[in-house]
Amino acid sequence: MFSLPIRGSRGGVHPETKKDLTAERSILTQLPLPKKIYLPLSQHAGVESRPQVQVGDKVLKGQLVARSGGSLSANLHAPTSGTVVAIEPIVAPHPSGLPAVAIVIESDGEDQWMELPTLDDPLALSPDELADRVEEAGIVGMGGAIFPAAVKLRQGRRFEIKTLIINGSECEPYLTCDDRLMQERAEAIIDGTRMIRHIIEAYEVIIAIEDNKPDATAALRKAAAGHGMIEVRNVPTQYPMGSAKQLIQAVTGKEVPAGARSNDIGVLVHNVGTVFAIHQALRFGRPLISRIVTVSGGCVKSPHNVEALIGTPVREIIQACGGLNNTPARLLMGGPMMGQIIPSIDSPVIKGTTGVLALTKQEVNEHVPSPCIRCSRCVDACPMGLVPLEMAKHSKVDDFDNAQEYGLRDCILCGSCAYVCPSHIPLVQFFEYAKGEMKERRNSESKSEYTKRLTEQRNERVEREKAAKLAAKKAKKKKTSRKAESEESAES
Amino acid sequence: MFVATLVLTALGLLLGWLLGLAAKVFAVEENPIVNEVEALLPGSQCGQCGFPGCSAAAEAMVEGTAAVNCCPPGGRALTETLAELLNVDLNSLGDAPVPQLATIDDTLCTGCTKCYKACPTDAIVGATRQIHAVISKACTGCSKCKDVCPEDCISLNPEPVTLNNWHWTKPEAA
Amino acid sequence: MNAHNEVAHRAAPYAHDRSSVNRIMLQVCLALTPATLYGFYLFGIPALLTFLSICLAAIATEALCLWLQGQSITRVQDASALLTGWLLAMSMPPWSPWWLCLGAGFFAIAIGKHIYGGIGQNVFNPAMLARVALLISFPVHMTTWVHIHPLGSESAPGLFQSLGIFLQLQPIPDGYTGATLLGAAKAAANGGGSIAELVATDYSLAQAFVGQTMGSLGETSELLVLAGGLWLLKNRVISWHIPVAMLVSTLLLAGLFYMVSHEQYLSPWYHLTSGGVMLGAFFIATDYVTSPSSATGKLIFGAGCGAVMYVIRAWGGFPEAVGFAVLFMNALTPLIDRILKPRAYGRDHRGNPIKNVSARKVS
Repeated sequence: MFSLPIRGSRGGVHPETKKDLTAERSILTQLPLPKKIYLPLSQHAGVESRPQVQVGDKVLKGQLVARSGGSLSANLHAPTSGTVVAIEPIVAPHPSGLPAVAIVIESDGEDQWMELPTLDDPLALSPDELADRVEEAGIVGMGGAIFPAAVKLRQGRRFEIKTLIINGSECEPYLTCDDRLMQERAEAIIDGTRMIRHIIEAYEVIIAIEDNKPDATAALRKAAAGHGMIEVRNVPTQYPMGSAKQLIQAVTGKEVPAGARSNDIGVLVHNVGTVFAIHQALRFGRPLISRIVTVSGGCVKSPHNVEALIGTPVREIIQACGGLNNTPARLLMGGPMMGQIIPSIDSPVIKGTTGVLALTKQEVNEHVPSPCIRCSRCVDACPMGLVPLEMAKHSKVDDFDNAQEYGLRDCILCGSCAYVCPSHIPLVQFFEYAKGEMKERRNSESKSEYTKRLTEQRNERVEREKAAKLAAKKAKKKKTSRKAESEESAES
Repeated sequence: MFVATLVLTALGLLLGWLLGLAAKVFAVEENPIVNEVEALLPGSQCGQCGFPGCSAAAEAMVEGTAAVNCCPPGGRALTETLAELLNVDLNSLGDAPVPQLATIDDTLCTGCTKCYKACPTDAIVGATRQIHAVISKACTGCSKCKDVCPEDCISLNPEPVTLNNWHWTKPEAA
Repeated sequence: MNAHNEVAHRAAPYAHDRSSVNRIMLQVCLALTPATLYGFYLFGIPALLTFLSICLAAIATEALCLWLQGQSITRVQDASALLTGWLLAMSMPPWSPWWLCLGAGFFAIAIGKHIYGGIGQNVFNPAMLARVALLISFPVHMTTWVHIHPLGSESAPGLFQSLGIFLQLQPIPDGYTGATLLGAAKAAANGGGSIAELVATDYSLAQAFVGQTMGSLGETSELLVLAGGLWLLKNRVISWHIPVAMLVSTLLLAGLFYMVSHEQYLSPWYHLTSGGVMLGAFFIATDYVTSPSSATGKLIFGAGCGAVMYVIRAWGGFPEAVGFAVLFMNALTPLIDRILKPRAYGRDHRGNPIKNVSARKVS
């Protein structure tokens, strides 16, 4: 069967970027040390990390405080020196407002680094050793995906990676943390890129940047000039260009098959923030303890990018940007398209926090939803080629099979559909709901199967025990009766 | 006229006899669908449905005297499978009972082992004179442990919402 | 309070392109305005009365239905009822009597829309459903086409005469009515006459296009309707697929048969400029609710509208057939939507994952 060549990406939307609020301002690096740092044990994809410290322990900056809890997990390090004052549930930076266990460190104000190892040139080391060091440094996908970077690198090593794409597209409105990072630390990003290329042995490297960031493009081109194999390429400004699948399509013209990973088509994507973190870890032995966060939105007095320690309460980084000039209608972590509302301004910055946005009512533009008029703008906007209106219609009546069929299984929850919906239908929430329900159902199904097996096993065991008991009883009875018999015979 | 009546009567008798015979010959010992339903049920005989065991519940469901969502351990997935099998409209059902999980208050537990002997799914671990604990992924919430506990230290509660199982609720959109 | 809570806990995105249903509907109305005003000019005060009464009947029925269903009457503000009424008025004889107008507006909204569950739920285009129902029920009234009597001309009726005609207190004067081009062509074809001859003597293509011809408000000036449609396209209120497919299929079919026989079949250009094809292609067939959602589906839907319309015009019992064609294709829309889902990223057209897994595993 022949198939038509697939080129270019489709769908997508062009939201007002609002990046001008912060794009021209340098990253604020010298934030006052927070008094207390909150490190949730689960700030990466996968299982919780396991604390390696106890309440009362003194820790130095960069010291390991929680170790990866399994093959899919990540290490946590102390972002500053101080004392562990608690390991207790705090309100997680999560829309549910549910508690999550965190290590709380009281800063001693010294900000004293632990002794950092002196490192050889990473490019002279073996790829496996480098991957181990990335794992040790607790690095996760910094674009918001929070997938452990070492796991991704090791997976990549099992494939023939033709193209390594460094994702500098940063398509979410407001966010400029990657933009500023590329402008201000281009050399470091190029260095980190070379290391990743060394680890996964990629043939070509493309740094993809949306064409609305000419300064970052220029900076990286300049830094990359000496290294022939790194190409800095512009991609069209279109949301969700930063989504790995869409970026791969825009850069290579290939689609990642449904259910497969980008590895399968010989592509690996890493975010520029991750690349920077990898550079820090491999060049200087510094674990991931800080990140660039865009603090923006109509309610922030002086929007800026800040370099914040992981675990810093959101309130403090907003204060570093002049504080709020109004009560925000929405307080978000991440961008407005895929970010999450956070329940409290005291929630801590975590590894995946790309931005903290305090948006006005006018910026959010929420309305009470009205019925779908089937205008199919969502169909045109969907970058995955799905039919959001039908997916929502079926999710609404819990008909998840049909919702899957119309595309729920491929939905990346990018929000393009809900962004353009003239009826203001919360399409993404329908999909989140349906995906959550289906997961719950799968879980209950597997639990049901499991308990059924347990019951059967138990019943068999009980039967066996009964039979054994019965046999024992019989044997005993026989014994006694024989005894009686013999007694009888003796009597006669 | 008389002949016609006779013929028809004879015909009727013959057909009636055939039907009766067929009913005997092709008689099904038990409604096969009952077995099918019972096979789908968890089989832990927990009795949360109000019937003495899974087979009684299966019979009642097929007869229509029990709702297809009366089995809390089976959950929503089982309800849907049963609804499809028995041709029941899901929307006609009321709220399903919420699955429960047992927890043991370790300040009161004396380690008497009564509960873990009663548990149909071996979901309770512990040994004599040691505090027992419930493995939540094996617990069906049948309350058999609670019923036998002499210290009254077992409680049944709906599964707590955590960051791992929380999800957005369905929007109340038009 | 409740609404506040609901909004307070809602998933992303927390941004919106500021579109709204109301805005879309009003944009469509705006696109219809030039043709409508020109129609008022051509057919005078009775046309205005017809137009207003249909729109008001539609809006009043919408409010009534919402109230009966216990929904907020403020939903009338979405302007969808206004648009339905407007489109219906554009497709009715300009001098329709009051009862026909009120009945049409009521039928379109109550039977055409709310019986199915309200906005977004109807299977058929409400305006066309009402028009076709009335055409079958009241064939004489629905085919009473007056000649043009531009405002200010001698033959234009005054206010009182207009009211009289509208309220049927006095009849439409003799000689004021006639047959439209398509009607005459159908009569000629049925009577075995020559269409070529008829066209040559009585009708002009340029006049039909510009609008110096009789018919409903929506079929007189195809030029202004086309302009409005192009404006909608430019503003992305509608996509090009349905109009282009419908016009092209009409043109191709009509062209083909015109080449077969000039005598029996009307020139394709007359087909495009008569009987409200432009209104149908840009404003009626493109109705969101009743047309398919995928691009391929839209192309098929549009082409189907054009083809069915031509078949009915050429060989069926009605001279103009936009309404019938659109309703016919409306019935197929759910099927088209089901079969022609867009191809999902990473899948082939059948929904199976594409197979370009090429990266060999390094052992």
